[in-house]
Amino acid sequence: MALIDLANPTRFLVLAERVLPWLMAATLFAFAIGLTQSALAPDDYQQGATVKIMFLHVPSAWLGMFCWGLMSVAALGTLVWRHPLADVAAKAAAPIGAAFTFLCLFTGAMWGRPMWGTYWVWDARLTSELILLIMYFGVIALWRTVENPSDAARVVAIVTLVGAIDLPIIKFSVDWWNTLHQPESVFRMGGPTIDKSLLVPLFAMVIAFTLLFVTLHIAAMRNEILRRRVRGMLMLQARGQEA
Amino acid sequence: MNLGPHAAFILVSYAAAIVVVVALITWVIVDFRAQRRALGDLEAHGVTRRSAEIKEPA
Amino acid sequence: MMALRAILLRDMRLAVRVGGGALIGVLFFLVVVTLIPLAVGPNLVLLKRIGPAILWLGALLASLLALDRLFAADHEDGSLDLILMGSAPLELTVAAKGLAHWITTGLPLVVAVPVLGLLLDLDPLAIGAVALTLLVGTPAITFIGLIGAAIAVVLRRGGLLLPVLVLPLTVPVLIFGVSAAEAVIVGPASFATPFTILCALTLASLVIGPAAAAATLRHGLD
Repeated sequence: MALIDLANPTRFLVLAERVLPWLMAATLFAFAIGLTQSALAPDDYQQGATVKIMFLHVPSAWLGMFCWGLMSVAALGTLVWRHPLADVAAKAAAPIGAAFTFLCLFTGAMWGRPMWGTYWVWDARLTSELILLIMYFGVIALWRTVENPSDAARVVAIVTLVGAIDLPIIKFSVDWWNTLHQPESVFRMGGPTIDKSLLVPLFAMVIAFTLLFVTLHIAAMRNEILRRRVRGMLMLQARGQEA
Repeated sequence: MNLGPHAAFILVSYAAAIVVVVALITWVIVDFRAQRRALGDLEAHGVTRRSAEIKEPA
Repeated sequence: MMALRAILLRDMRLAVRVGGGALIGVLFFLVVVTLIPLAVGPNLVLLKRIGPAILWLGALLASLLALDRLFAADHEDGSLDLILMGSAPLELTVAAKGLAHWITTGLPLVVAVPVLGLLLDLDPLAIGAVALTLLVGTPAITFIGLIGAAIAVVLRRGGLLLPVLVLPLTVPVLIFGVSAAEAVIVGPASFATPFTILCALTLASLVIGPAAAAATLRHGLD
């Protein structure tokens, strides 16, 4: 099974069929571990049990950004390498990324209200994350505006690449500006500042959520390939009836 | 498990996560079934893909 | 009656499909509500004070979005001529299209108010007041907008003409809507007075809008 399988829609469908059950099992297993770890995690000395919201908030934030990064790579695939499945990957990813970005903002609001007194503030990190959500919705709307998805693909690819500038802004916003959101505590120079007893459940949940994303994405790509087949056949049928 | 004074916020967060994940899974499953049904209907009407021979409608 | 129901359902279905305006109105609402704090500054106290006005302005602008295509799309594919020749009174047909526009564009804006209200640090009472006033006010915006939509298709001009024509007509709706919402927060002004006037404006627009739009279409398209 070579990389060529990822370029041929039919072979991708076969691959997806075989891989999905394993991915689903792995995801369930990873969540079983992640959720138990989260439940058993100790209370933070400052935040108490609300630190458990972090085990949802950080993976969601990671997935929202990871997904846009994946869409950006797919955009390059469409524009530069003309990869046949690149726009399928991009279109399938967008709703999933939007969902997790929304979840990040929502869990952030749930965490912010008890801990910092407010559901929302217009600081650099929260605002740039909200902009990311708006861009996701815009891209989804763009996919739906043009009837033929292959035509929409190049425009969406350009918009995706331009929008990718938001990703480093989100990441470094807490360093560049004075924000209510806490500074980087995991991926920073000098290593994580979170205690290991909280770091382990956090990584477990990040892995579980990432597996979930991969499973959903491959399934959604499969659906998109089938959808395009249906569309092609409907066009054939319409032409056939005119003859 | 004692979730402390802010338990409601923690529970709402986990509930929201469940709702979002279930919604995504449902979307993927429902969409799959819809496409498969559409393909089945089309094939039953004798429409094949361009890569196969195009059958004349009866 | 069957014809009106058919037009209503058709317009609603078209609005949610590819190229339709349904949910993009809500997205634009979100964009406007995001832009204003970025311009005005993140001062939550200030935003809380002007929150109802921001929400009303956003909803007003977002409501007008799909309006310019309301008749233009039908004009382009010929269905507007069929509608004009049809047996149902043109005023009622236009009203049916207006209703479809409100359900698919206006009503989702009202649903979005609680979430956007949280971004502006409004408390539940304020959010409820804004949502209620918008629920009553958005039909007025849509039905007044019908006049502009009709003019736009008759003059074959699009772009910013429609908002420029319609927005002045919606000023009373905006004033009384915001006034009613803020009366709930700021007091001691009464809520009932501006709210009943808002209701009256909406009821009037349900009649005047379709009548004027139908007259425009009839005289303009020959």
